[in-house]
Amino acid sequence: MITLSHYLALGAILFIIGMFGVLTRRNAIGILMSIELMLNAVNLNFVAFSRYLPPGALTGQVFAIFVITVAAAEAAVGLAIVLGLFRNFRTVNVDEINLMKW
Amino acid sequence: MSIELPVFYFLAAITIGAALIVVLGRNIVHCAFSLVLAFFGVAGLYVLLDAEFLAAVQVLIYVGGITILLLFAIMLTSRASGPGVRILNEQLGLSALIAGGLFFLLIYALWKGIPALAIKVPTQANVPTIGRVLMTSYVLPFEVASVLLLAALVGALILARKEKD
Repeated sequence: MITLSHYLALGAILFIIGMFGVLTRRNAIGILMSIELMLNAVNLNFVAFSRYLPPGALTGQVFAIFVITVAAAEAAVGLAIVLGLFRNFRTVNVDEINLMKW
Repeated sequence: MSIELPVFYFLAAITIGAALIVVLGRNIVHCAFSLVLAFFGVAGLYVLLDAEFLAAVQVLIYVGGITILLLFAIMLTSRASGPGVRILNEQLGLSALIAGGLFFLLIYALWKGIPALAIKVPTQANVPTIGRVLMTSYVLPFEVASVLLLAALVGALILARKEKD
């Protein structure tokens, strides 16, 4: 029998993996991928809650749809920024882009 | 009923393994393909949660849209990264500490706070209900999301355009 806690634990593990990637990756595209992993973990939690908690009015699923929408917009803008960075600095490693660091 | 638990563990193992490759992989293209696998695992979990529409949306938007976008960006930007190049920055230990701390906090909150609910709430047919709800209760966020997508489209075009002067 799968319980709600199974899904929440999986969501926590996925979120932690994504957060570790965001904190440690040097490649900006790798950071964007890790952010997508974190958003997926959150979506999983939303859908699991909407499945197991009354009232089953699909509110969690609708919210997950909005999260997916925002994730798509974020990916498009983020990758455009990465392209602009590469055009100006010839690198996508975020620790080498330190023009505005004091 | 008894088949559900092995399927859940199988999908969870695929998702977590693929996510680990995404975060720790050396070749960024392998990371992108591994991300596809993780998205498919999450889509399978949505099917297990009786959210068929969301599973389809997951495959269409994440696998079909975002991953292709990521691959294009990888091909347009990445240099050939040699075997000796570091892929993680020097904050490795601190990040592992923070991630581990947050993990134990989440699991502790889960263990203390949320009962292990096993009975699923009865739901209606998935796709018609979502369509009706999106067009009635959530019509304002729906329209706001469309405006957001338009703004992101224009913004991405402006940012990625090559400036000629």
